[in-house]
Amino acid sequence: MDGNLNALTTVFTEFYYWVTVVFMFLIHVGFCMYEVGASRRRNHMHTLMKNVMVIPLVTVTFFFFGWWIYWAFPMFPFFGGLDLEAGAANLPWAETMGPNAADRITGVFWAAFLLFSWTAASIVSGAVIERIRSSALWVHAVLIGSVCWIIDAAWGWHYGGWMVKYLGYHDAYASGVIHGIAGGYALGVIAVLGPRIGKFAADGTPRDIPPHNPWMLTIGIFLIYTGFWGFYAACNIPAISPDGIGGEITGTTWTATNIYLAPTSLSGITFNFLMSLSGGLLAAYVVSKGDAFWTFSGGLAGVITASAGNDLYHPVQAMLIAAVGVVIVYNLHFWVERKFKLDDAVGAVAVHGYAGVIGLVIAGFVLWGVPSSPYEGYASINPLGQTLGAVIMFFGLGFLPAFIVAKMQKAAGVLRIPEEVELEGLDYAEHHAYEDAKQAIIEADKEYLSKKLTATE
Amino acid sequence: MSTIGYESWAVDMAEVGPIYPFQGWEIPLVVIGVLFWIGWHRIQFVREHKHLEQAKQRALDHERIEQSVERY
Repeated sequence: MDGNLNALTTVFTEFYYWVTVVFMFLIHVGFCMYEVGASRRRNHMHTLMKNVMVIPLVTVTFFFFGWWIYWAFPMFPFFGGLDLEAGAANLPWAETMGPNAADRITGVFWAAFLLFSWTAASIVSGAVIERIRSSALWVHAVLIGSVCWIIDAAWGWHYGGWMVKYLGYHDAYASGVIHGIAGGYALGVIAVLGPRIGKFAADGTPRDIPPHNPWMLTIGIFLIYTGFWGFYAACNIPAISPDGIGGEITGTTWTATNIYLAPTSLSGITFNFLMSLSGGLLAAYVVSKGDAFWTFSGGLAGVITASAGNDLYHPVQAMLIAAVGVVIVYNLHFWVERKFKLDDAVGAVAVHGYAGVIGLVIAGFVLWGVPSSPYEGYASINPLGQTLGAVIMFFGLGFLPAFIVAKMQKAAGVLRIPEEVELEGLDYAEHHAYEDAKQAIIEADKEYLSKKLTATE
Repeated sequence: MSTIGYESWAVDMAEVGPIYPFQGWEIPLVVIGVLFWIGWHRIQFVREHKHLEQAKQRALDHERIEQSVERY
């Protein structure tokens, strides 16, 4: 870190990613609140614990192998071998994976990616509430958080990934690489897991299972919006010189870039984040006839739909793309629910999965012919590459592994909780000490009260 | 003796690399870490299975289930 400018840039970049990580923590807080608000009272503690423990499990596994996958897998296995050289500095026993005066970026960069991993796992967690075994969900959390999503990031969210190079895949703020894959993964699990008791009437008509606390949902989703700001910033490189990029950009003007090292600006993505959020909210309010749950979720779905191209869209384009995506997502959710009898407890498959897929396809048309990379020899953005990318994310790395592993868990009898426990509530089953203590103190208070009343009488 | 390899900070920072204790033992540390992680899954899996089996027996009490169902 010699030279003042170099030192300033390094420290700024280090601090920049650190701040994004802190902001992104709010996404997980939001997911926890949302899930607990959506669950019924008898399942609160279990629902919360299920999502909280995603944090340590994904963190340690992302340290052990997830981060290495990102650097080693960009061309593997279809267009080359493992990039062991790039991977070496990111192995869990590498000297750069700890306090090291010669390296000031690996830890914060690792953490920024890790927070995306939590998000991917947490999206799945919401869809399966009130009937999955924690042990089963936590296996899925590790699988999507530290394996599947990071493989897709190496392929399609890395400046040297094969999907970027050969398909012209463009997904600046992770419509597909986080939301598409997580939605597809959630679909794979709930297809095997089955609906909650009572979700469908005998004739197959779906019943609404309303959230026990709509306010908690509201605060939860607003925290997710807030964390999403940090997510957007974390997807950028804040300042880099053309020399630092080493591609085709000429001159000496520094720029912010997206993850592919292609130019964008924090200003531009701020316009687009807010305009796509607004487009999503406006469309969702109309299409859901003012339903609070869907209006708020629609804001999120709007941002997710526009995210693939939000580094380059005009703000009005971002708003309209978000609105179109939300209308499709809303109708698709109810059609799939009726047709396939799937119980997606928080609408995760729709809000994340369908919105991500639609966003990728739309970006292929709106950004058709735009260079996907600042490096020579890369395919430009195109509808076919984006559509193939969407299929890889949603089905190949999302739905398929989830479906297979969930089938194995079901065959072994370790996927779903017993029916009796589902009715009684998981809080009593797994947190009976809390429930017993609560009951005991209520009884004690009643007894004390009855004595007092007797005395005054 | 210092566990991080430096007994004083009278150094040129350009020459300083890792500063955590017991450098050279990274691989055994990671092996212990992985065993801790796998072991956690094993303990949790066994414990949850036992809890659910016990709860299933207890939940045959219909009155208790009715109370839980009412508690939306």
